[in-house]
Amino acid sequence: MAELAMQATALVKWFGEGDARTVAVQGVSFDARFGEMLFIEGPSGSGKTTLLSLISGILRPNEGTVMVEGRDIWSMTSDRIADFRLNKVGFVFQDYHLFPRLTTVENVAIPLILKKNDWDKSIDEAMEYLEIVGIKDRALLPPVKLSGGEQQRVAIARAIASHPDILIFDEPTASLDGETGRKILDFVKKNILTDKRCIIVVTHDNRIFEYADRIMTMEDGRVIGFEQGGGREE
Amino acid sequence: MKGILKIAYKLLVNDKGKFAALLVGITFAVFLMVMMTSMFSGILHRSSATVLNVGAKVWVMDPAINTPANNIPMPDYVLDAVRSINGVTYAVPLYSGGALVKLRSGAYQSVTVIGLDDSSLYGRPELLEGQIEDIYGENAFIVVKDAEFPKLQNPRVGTEFEINDHRGVIVGIARVTTSGLFGVPTLYTTYNRALQYIPSTRFTTAFILIEPKNTTAIPYIKQQVKALGYEALTKDEFIQKTSRFYKYQTGVGTNVLIMTVISFIVGLCISGQTFYTFILENLERFGALKAIGAKGRELVYMILFQASFASLAGFGLGIGLACLLITVARLRMPSYAAMTTYTDIGLAFIMVLIIAGISSYIGVRKVLKIEPFDIFRG
Repeated sequence: MAELAMQATALVKWFGEGDARTVAVQGVSFDARFGEMLFIEGPSGSGKTTLLSLISGILRPNEGTVMVEGRDIWSMTSDRIADFRLNKVGFVFQDYHLFPRLTTVENVAIPLILKKNDWDKSIDEAMEYLEIVGIKDRALLPPVKLSGGEQQRVAIARAIASHPDILIFDEPTASLDGETGRKILDFVKKNILTDKRCIIVVTHDNRIFEYADRIMTMEDGRVIGFEQGGGREE
Repeated sequence: MKGILKIAYKLLVNDKGKFAALLVGITFAVFLMVMMTSMFSGILHRSSATVLNVGAKVWVMDPAINTPANNIPMPDYVLDAVRSINGVTYAVPLYSGGALVKLRSGAYQSVTVIGLDDSSLYGRPELLEGQIEDIYGENAFIVVKDAEFPKLQNPRVGTEFEINDHRGVIVGIARVTTSGLFGVPTLYTTYNRALQYIPSTRFTTAFILIEPKNTTAIPYIKQQVKALGYEALTKDEFIQKTSRFYKYQTGVGTNVLIMTVISFIVGLCISGQTFYTFILENLERFGALKAIGAKGRELVYMILFQASFASLAGFGLGIGLACLLITVARLRMPSYAAMTTYTDIGLAFIMVLIIAGISSYIGVRKVLKIEPFDIFRG
């Protein structure tokens, strides 16, 4: 069995207090392993995005732990958590959140620059990631000049630029047509997923479930089941 | 850190519309502030022109005198009394008054006449043409070649005119360090000729100029002059007194202050609003940076850098524009009084720092409040 990349135990998160309290995540426990693509699916409001934020060091849980490399990330200082996000987690946001005033390659270089790398060195390295995602020829264009699929690839290149162990995709196909969405997932599965990396995808697009190794289903803030995905080689 | 700041720089300058609006706002504010304060500096400088040009170390005058342009003549015994004070090397009278000259064309022109002590010519100007001893010649006057010189129809040595029905003749052309404030030409002559040619009151000495034996003698001289019922001021004190008069007693200072504050508020509003809009438009990106792993203080540095860069660029442009306009205006209008001093620049710089600080504060508050979780929620 592959090594654990992350282990979440009894995570609870609520918003508001008193009568206005809404529990978004209720006692969720699961783990993610290196070399797997774990899909988290469920209807809107089921707590998928909140759970994603809890395990990636973005939103502090009210209860529970998130263990990475044997340490609860929420026991760390805020600066250390920021370092954790920078070094261990790569994000591909639903709306990509690329900087329209920077070129494509500068967007990809952002995590490297945040790691205090030299500007020119970061740009050179970012070019390599653009080559990996197949859009090196678009390096000097601003992201707004790229198609949705190309912007998704830029976001992926930016996410992998910091060599993260855990890669998180939030609704990766929400802004793409079916074919482009499948192409992106196919590309990610073949080129980005490695034995030393775990990919967690939040989606409710069942057209891409074939790429999942495991699918975790959520409803009303709880995990209601796990199933093998179409991508698991038995 | 350099990389982060480079990202901040590119985010700022690549948003050309916003960056231009920021620059225009700050440049405009600095331009207005510097123009206002420069005009005031020029007025203050020129208001002390006689003090600067004559150059005496200590001036004796009636205590009610506020500027060198005021004229409250003192009786002759004051000169004798001052000469007898211990510590005075010498003391000479100075005549300063206004007169009307009739030029050869028949036109009349107001002038300021400075009458120098006949025996010493203390406070005489530097001559460009003619000899200083010619001032003792019949009807002799020396004209100052400054911005007002053309108003006397560009006289030359030998040019004649009438002053209070007396014949006057130009025997020399001089230059002085500072032109006067009131836009009238200046003529130098001897003290006695000034009294003879220009209708005078019973008392005639406008100022007594003192050369003290040394600076330590000045307090004693001032004390003795005060005992006589008059006031002795050093050159700097007289300039300061003149400045205070224009600043606080004429309304000019208040008006300039109001205009400067309005310029500051306009600049602050334009740049603060534009910067706030810039931050709002990029808020999600700052949130994304936070999610990726940027620390709060790194985002603060980015915003501080952006606000400082825009402010300093606007400051430079504003100063440059103001100096350019003043230079061009002086070329076209030699009597234009504006003068940019280091104090004016320093004041504008402080104002710009405040603009940058307030703009940054607004941006920083907004950016620090954004939660990366909001980015996920969309």
